Amino acid sequence: MANHVSLFVTCIIDQFFPEVGVAVADVLERAGYEVDFPERQTCCGQPAFNTGYHDETRKVAAHFLDVFSDAEYVVVPSGSCTSMVVHHYEELFANDPKRLEQTRRLIPRMWEFSKFLLEVAGVEDLGARYDGIVTFHDSCHGLRAMKIKEGPRRLLSHVRGLELREMDAAEECCGFGGTFSVKFPGISGGMARTKIESIKRTGAGAVVGVDSSCLMQIRGALSRAGLPIQALHLAQILASR
Amino acid sequence: MPAIPNELFETPLSDGRLQLAVYSATGRLMDKRKDVVDASVLPDYQELRDQAAQLKRHTLDNLDYYLEQLEKNITARGGKVIFCRDGSEVVDFLVKLAREKNAQRIVKSKSMTTEEISLNEHLEEKKLEPVETDLGEYILQLAHHRPFHIVAPALHLTRYEVADIFSSNLGVEREVVPEEQTKIARKVLREKFLSADIGISGANFLIADSGAIVLVENEGNARLTTTAPKTHVAIAGIEKLIPRAQDLATFLKLLGRSATGQPLTVYTSFLSGARREGEIDGPDEFYLILLDNGRTRLLADQEKRQSLCCIRCGACLNHCPVYRKIGGHSYPWVYSGPIGAVITPQYKGLNQDPWLPFASSLCGACAEVCPVKIELPELLLALRRDVNKAQSGKLYTKIERFIFQAWAWLLNHPRLYDMAGSMSGVLATEDKGNGWMSRVPGLMNVGPLKAWMSQRDLPVPPERSFRRIWRNRARRTQD
Repeated sequence: MANHVSLFVTCIIDQFFPEVGVAVADVLERAGYEVDFPERQTCCGQPAFNTGYHDETRKVAAHFLDVFSDAEYVVVPSGSCTSMVVHHYEELFANDPKRLEQTRRLIPRMWEFSKFLLEVAGVEDLGARYDGIVTFHDSCHGLRAMKIKEGPRRLLSHVRGLELREMDAAEECCGFGGTFSVKFPGISGGMARTKIESIKRTGAGAVVGVDSSCLMQIRGALSRAGLPIQALHLAQILASR
Repeated sequence: MPAIPNELFETPLSDGRLQLAVYSATGRLMDKRKDVVDASVLPDYQELRDQAAQLKRHTLDNLDYYLEQLEKNITARGGKVIFCRDGSEVVDFLVKLAREKNAQRIVKSKSMTTEEISLNEHLEEKKLEPVETDLGEYILQLAHHRPFHIVAPALHLTRYEVADIFSSNLGVEREVVPEEQTKIARKVLREKFLSADIGISGANFLIADSGAIVLVENEGNARLTTTAPKTHVAIAGIEKLIPRAQDLATFLKLLGRSATGQPLTVYTSFLSGARREGEIDGPDEFYLILLDNGRTRLLADQEKRQSLCCIRCGACLNHCPVYRKIGGHSYPWVYSGPIGAVITPQYKGLNQDPWLPFASSLCGACAEVCPVKIELPELLLALRRDVNKAQSGKLYTKIERFIFQAWAWLLNHPRLYDMAGSMSGVLATEDKGNGWMSRVPGLMNVGPLKAWMSQRDLPVPPERSFRRIWRNRARRTQD
């Protein structure tokens, strides 16, 4: 069982970027893990939570707990969704001893993808090859709530053919913010445009990140601006040969 | 959740000059701060933040005790402490005081607390003449603008605009060189200082154990305001207390650094009352007005009490990507940026500008730089929950809640969720040739989809979701 992981692929990857999920599974398998995808999984509940609807969030979170409570490791290709479970479920279930207990047992088994590779699997070099210049976007929740900063860069440093060029605004929010992106479209879009200016200045052919929601925002803005810069999840780089 | 007044933000968002002014000014403040909190020059920065956070929380938890101590110590030195429930009580007190002193002209040093109660406007209504003496505030007073930023109130104005404001208000030649502009203001303000009857200041800290107030500034105008006129009135919120003089060692190291990237501001003044016998300068009388104006209501709220820890350094504004886009005047009250979004609904009520706590991507850059570790994103999340409750009768909230209820139900039914997902293909319209689309079919182009499409492209929904791909993959592996 030690080499067994359950993949929580996140709703956005499931519905919009299945190729990222495939890359995540490939990389985990390459690292020696048997990957299980519990089919009843859906979402962590963050959209409702961040919009202030806690009752509705609890319903989704309870389902999440039921699906994953027996998993050895839950690997999540998103800093934001991991943070939702790790940092907010306890507060949501403060008055529900059974769910609270379930949450507390699950938290130490929740792993963001890059952290899992480095801290559990103990691998840095996945034998990947990617010929090109990339820049790295630090997703806010990954960076500030999950302290993901050097890890992905270390993983990228072993990718053959890859040159990492840091952008000046790597830690600046891309403007996605869940429902914020559609409640305040002008502000959100403005933030995205500031972000892609910084990406553009690096001359990179792709921006890499660990959260597909931010990458959707960034790539959406790049595409709208007619810029042929790709937005790739870290797993996609690590899976390429 | 309420409807969003997005039209409010159109003006600042489309003003290229303003965008550049705000982005570069806040960017400079960010860079300067980063240099002076770096581990190479301030190795105990994080410990200082922990200390400051604990000291502030401890003071708030024991505010009654420290307020009493402060009052006792100030009174013992001949100062007078006045508790005011709101702005109108402050104005009443000051008008009465001005009549007693036969005072007309009042010089003021920078104070957000007086901005909070629109003190200048109220004093002018009573035929008094308040004069702002901080350069930025003076410019704003002439131009009738409200502060754009907690620390740098005129951050939105270029020197060319300042030149216009000076020439049309002071009858001077149009002068665009900042140093020369400062000289113009200095000349006018010297006159005001010398002829003022009352000086009004704020207070950065109130020290309970020594009965003193502390002012930090860079221009020296607060020193003149508090010493030149015969009467000095300091106005401060009750949350400005710290227990002991020695605690300043912690706060002063953090305040200047977080605000302007200065290890210390140019002037730090400790004022412990009026001039005493044998002293050569200082005012004849000293009054301290302690303002509530909603603060005790925040204090009563255990969950959000930490909002009162703020020392008004403005770092959260400088680091906020939303503030940097929409600027200080897009916020409904004098307090802007993340801290404004957190305290405005608590002071003014949840229904006044219910959209405000939602105007954040929750990126957390604010909390990362807050010198007193206020958990701004968590407070915004709590306020969003509270606003939804307060607005539960509104149609917009009813609809939104219904949508999230249906969403939660669907996510509890994985098979239906899978089916619903498989229908997203109906969205697919124009392929931009890169797997993305710039519009959705007309009927779908409403609400959130329309909002998304107004700014950026959307990925064309894939033929098969991950779970469907996985099913085939799993089957393949089993074969």
